[in-house]
Formats: sequence, C-alpha cells, structure tokens
Amino acid sequence: MLKVFSYVFQEVFRNRMLVFYSLFLFLLSSGLFYFGADSSKAVVSLLHVVLLVVPLLCIVFATIHYYNSLEFIELLLAQPVPRRRIFTGEYLGLSVAMTLALLTGLGLPVLFWDTSAASLFLLAMGVMLTFIFTSIAFFASVSSTDKSKGIGTALIIWFYYAVIFDGLVLLVLHYFSDYPLEKVVLVLTTLNPIDLARVFVLLKLDTSALMGYTGSLFQSFFGTIWGILFSLFFLLLWLVIPLWLSIRIFTRKDL
Amino acid sequence: MLNPAYIIILFALLISFSSNAVKIHVGGSDGLASIREAVMKAKAGDTVLVRAGVYMEGSIVLNKGIVLLAEKGVEIDAQGKEPLIVIRADKSVVKGFTLKNSGYSDIAEIAGIRLENVKACRVEDNYLYNNFFGIYLSNSSYCILRNNVIHGFARTETSSGNGIHLWKSDHNTVLGNKIKGHRDGIYFEFVKNSSIINNISEDNLRYGLHFMFSDNDVYRYNIFRRNGSGVAVMYTRDVEMSFNRFEHNWGSASYGLLLKDISKSQIRNNMFLRNTTGLYMEGSHSTIIEQNDFRENGWALRILGDCYNDTITSNNFIGNSFDVATNAVRNMNYFYSNYWDKYTGYDLNKDGTGDISYYPVSLYSKITEENPYALMMLHSFFIDLLNQTEKLLPSITPDQFLDALPKMKKLMHDTY
Repeated sequence: MLKVFSYVFQEVFRNRMLVFYSLFLFLLSSGLFYFGADSSKAVVSLLHVVLLVVPLLCIVFATIHYYNSLEFIELLLAQPVPRRRIFTGEYLGLSVAMTLALLTGLGLPVLFWDTSAASLFLLAMGVMLTFIFTSIAFFASVSSTDKSKGIGTALIIWFYYAVIFDGLVLLVLHYFSDYPLEKVVLVLTTLNPIDLARVFVLLKLDTSALMGYTGSLFQSFFGTIWGILFSLFFLLLWLVIPLWLSIRIFTRKDL
Repeated sequence: MLNPAYIIILFALLISFSSNAVKIHVGGSDGLASIREAVMKAKAGDTVLVRAGVYMEGSIVLNKGIVLLAEKGVEIDAQGKEPLIVIRADKSVVKGFTLKNSGYSDIAEIAGIRLENVKACRVEDNYLYNNFFGIYLSNSSYCILRNNVIHGFARTETSSGNGIHLWKSDHNTVLGNKIKGHRDGIYFEFVKNSSIINNISEDNLRYGLHFMFSDNDVYRYNIFRRNGSGVAVMYTRDVEMSFNRFEHNWGSASYGLLLKDISKSQIRNNMFLRNTTGLYMEGSHSTIIEQNDFRENGWALRILGDCYNDTITSNNFIGNSFDVATNAVRNMNYFYSNYWDKYTGYDLNKDGTGDISYYPVSLYSKITEENPYALMMLHSFFIDLLNQTEKLLPSITPDQFLDALPKMKKLMHDTY
C-alpha cells in the first residue's frame, strides 16, 4: 500500500494542473490578505472560493486521474497485492498530494497574514473537503467504466452539493416556515459536507452574531466541543462512506 | 463697552458675597470629624471642604444649598447599606468625591448621589464605584452633571440600576461623563429640554442609552459602545441625535440604535460601526436620517412597515452584510442620494449620481426577513447566484424600495 501510495503521490505531485491550482490559491489568498483592509473580509472571500473551487477541482481531477491510471491499476492487479490496498494507496496518494497543494496555496498565506481561528478553521475545512470530494470522486469513477459517464456523474454530484442542495433547503424552509425548524436545519446541514464546512467557519467569524436566533442555536450547538465533535464525525462519515462503498465495488468488480 | 468702574463695583460685590459665605473644613488636624456634622452646621451658600480620608458615616443629606467640595483622595463608603449623598436643596454642589458601595435594594432605588425636587444643582468630577444607581435625579431641573466617572458591576438586569437616571426632570445637562457596567448607562423617563453631550457609555448590561417620553432633547458627541442591546429610544418626538458613535454592539439581539415610536426627530452625522443591526426603526415617522455612516453592520438599516414619512438621505452604506431589511411591501419613506457600496450602476453624464436606481433590499434580505432560519445559508454560493439573478430581473423584492439618485462615490461628511 505504501508503495502504491508513493508512486501515485509522486506522479500526481508532478502534475502541472496541481501546480496551477496551488499557484491560483496562493495568488488569490495573498492578494486578498494584502489588498484587503480587513482580514476577516478576506477570510469571507476565501470561504466562497474554498467552498466552490476545492470540491470542484478535487472531483474533476480525481475522476480524470482514476480513468487515466486504470491501465496502471490493471498492471498492479496482475501482481499478488490485495485490491483493497491498491485502492487505498491510490486514494491516499491522490488526496495527500491535493492536500499539500492546498496547504501551500492557501496555508502559507494564512500562516503569514492571519492566523485567527476563522482562517485556521477555513484551512482545516479545505483539507477536509479535499479528502471528502476525492473520496466521492472515486466512488463516481468506480461506479461506471465509461470515462465520460464517470466524469459527468462526478460533475453532477458537485453541482448538487455546491448549488442545488442549498436551493432545496431554501424550498424546505419556505414551505415549512410555519413549523419549528431548528432541528430540521441542523439535520439538513449535516446532509451536505459543503454546508457543514461553511457553518463551521461562519461561526468563527463575528458575522455569526448577525444570524440572531438561528445563529445562537448554531452557536450553542456547534460552538461547544460536542458540537465540533459531532460535525467532525459527520464530515468523517462523508469521507468514509463513499470510500467504503467504492472499495466494496472495486474489490468485486470485473475490471 | 463695559466701563472699568462697573467691573470694580462688580468685583467688590463678589467679594462681599463671598465673604458672607463661610468655609467649613472636615478632616485633617483642624477640621470637624464628620461630613454630617459640617453639613448640619453650614448655612445655605456655605462651602464644606472635605480633606483626604475615608469616611463611613451613612447618608449625607443636603437640606440647604451648600457647596460640598472634596480634596483629592476623599472616599465615602456606604458599606452596602444606604444611599451616599442625597440632595434636597436648590443650588447645591457636590464635587470631587469618590463614592463607593451603596448597596442594593429591591424596594428603594438607592443611588450614589440622589437629587430630589431640586433646581440648579451641580454634580461634578465624582467617581462613583459599585453603587446600585449612580446619579439619580427625580423631578429636578436646571442641573448639571459633569465629568463624573461611574463604574458599576451589574450582573443581572433585575438586580442592577442605571448609571445616570433621570425621571421627570427638565432642562438638565449631562456632560462628559463616563459610565460603565450598569444596567442602562443613561436612562431618561419624562425628561424634557435636556442635552447630553460628550459622554461615553459602554459595557452596560442592557442599553447604553435608554429614553422614553423625553421630548426636545439633544444628544451630541456621545459614544455608545459594547452595550448588551445597544441603544433604545422610545415614544418621543423632537429629538436631535447628532455626531454620536454607536459601535460594537454584536449580539444576537443587539442594535446600534433602536427607534420605537420616534417622530419629528433628526439623526445626523452619526457613525454606526459593527453592530448586528445598525439602525432599527419601528413605528417612527417624519424623522430625518442624514449624513450618517453605516459601516460593517450585519443589517445597516432595518425599517418596519409601520414607519412612514421618514427621509433617508446622504448616508454612506459601506461593508454591511445587508443594506436594508424590511417586512413592508409598500414603501412610505424617502430614500435618495445615499452612497451604497453594493451599487453597480453607471453614470454616463458624469454628474456623480448613478443613472439607474439602486434597490437596497436584496432578495436574500427579503427571504431572511420572512424566514430567519435561512440565515444559515449566509455566504452560500446559491444565495449569491440568487441575488444576482434578482438584481437583473427584480420580481420578488419590493420594487418601491429604491434610491433613484444613488451616489457614485462615498460622500464626505463629518462624523464623530
């Protein structure tokens, strides 16, 4: 597994797209911190970018990577190595490389300009989303042998979580506005890793005060150590379940 | 011009008056032992000068208009039992004392300095520490409260009093006081024709300033900061609030300034900085809101449907999460010539005014007004998308809320 990991890691790390990704994040975040008068505003802008770009890039990059390295995987499968190990090696190699790219692109400016709780949380959530969406991408890829279909599925998944889901939540809130929705809102948040990450960072920004009653509900829930553990648990579920499912499919699949 | 002879006569008169007034000393080697005794001995117009030391002798009641002066380092400690100084005579002066530990009562409103039914008194340069109420005026007029520092330790709203409390009083001046840690910093009820200038009211449990039924008052150059719920003013007309700062009232139910049933008033040149809601208006009408700066608030302005005939003009709205929120469908107020940093229009004829109108109530602001839970979607990509679409094709947001003459550049005006 370690060997597969290091192969994949080295291969991905040399990829030009990843360098661009890292560079883009670096320029954007240091630009925002440098030109912005207020670092908390920069964190808000970065939050928008991280929630949109990180999942998108992870999902596209990981699916393309999977389909491109199918031949390499087939070659490995000819060796006496368990499929599970090959797959986890692939996954870890890819997601660790992506995380490193994120940490250089976003982490360095954050450490240099603003090490407030909000921006550190933002960074942590960036890493979390990288792992989660790589795992979801792998799930989409193993689900179909056709490359275009796989990438299409992955993109639809991204679009669902980044855009459509919030629209659905809004609809639910609108149609059921006569009912007490506190718990519903909490549950709905856990159903989308991007929303979880957003609320997590939001509560560390002082704009959270503006959320009023809803905010204090979130604050009293997510603000405590139990709330943090709870949401981390759900984030981990978002990582583990797709990964577990894809390993299951991968080990039983006729390649 | 004044004849020098007049001045000499005036001077002579002054000397003769002051020679009538006796100066009584308290403390030190030659003074009386207690302030009470000195007050008892003194006649109206006399001066009681208290020398440095700690005095613990219960309430001191001024029944005649005397001048009670403290040297540096005079401390009166009530040891948690009773009010400290009670003024019951006109033209009394209390100056330079440190007054501590008035104690707390459920039935009486115990205060550091209490003025009852008097005129033309002055309370100056005192330091009030850990009292139930700081300075309390009831039915008193033409008094001056100046440069006092009032520091309380309010824990709950029910067990604490106000820093400066005025009830049914008029023509008073509250000038340059610093109030901290009480229930309400400054509290007015039925106070007319008074001016409140240059005070700092911060870290109070409830409101920095709280007034009701107090017409014709003027508030200038005050700072209201980090108070539990900001500033709330109610049921009053003809008030002028200008050059004040309302800042850092971040709490789930905090306001920079809350107006309830305020009419015919002027709110000018104030700074609203980093409040959950900068200015909240309910049931207010015929009020002018002009040349204020709204910066970095959650909601800059929240105006309910029962407000009418208010004018909002020449203000700067910069860096607020929401510019205007409302529950109204029809707009009965006037918005014009403000600067909105979210305005994206153009100015072809270069007259400094945008050619297309600005709609300050965003779709998301409308949604959250109807359904506060939607606030959990703050900074969501979907919301940004929705706002942009609505901007291009307004269909849900109230189209009467508009600034037809939005400014292209930030307006230059003075704030405190």
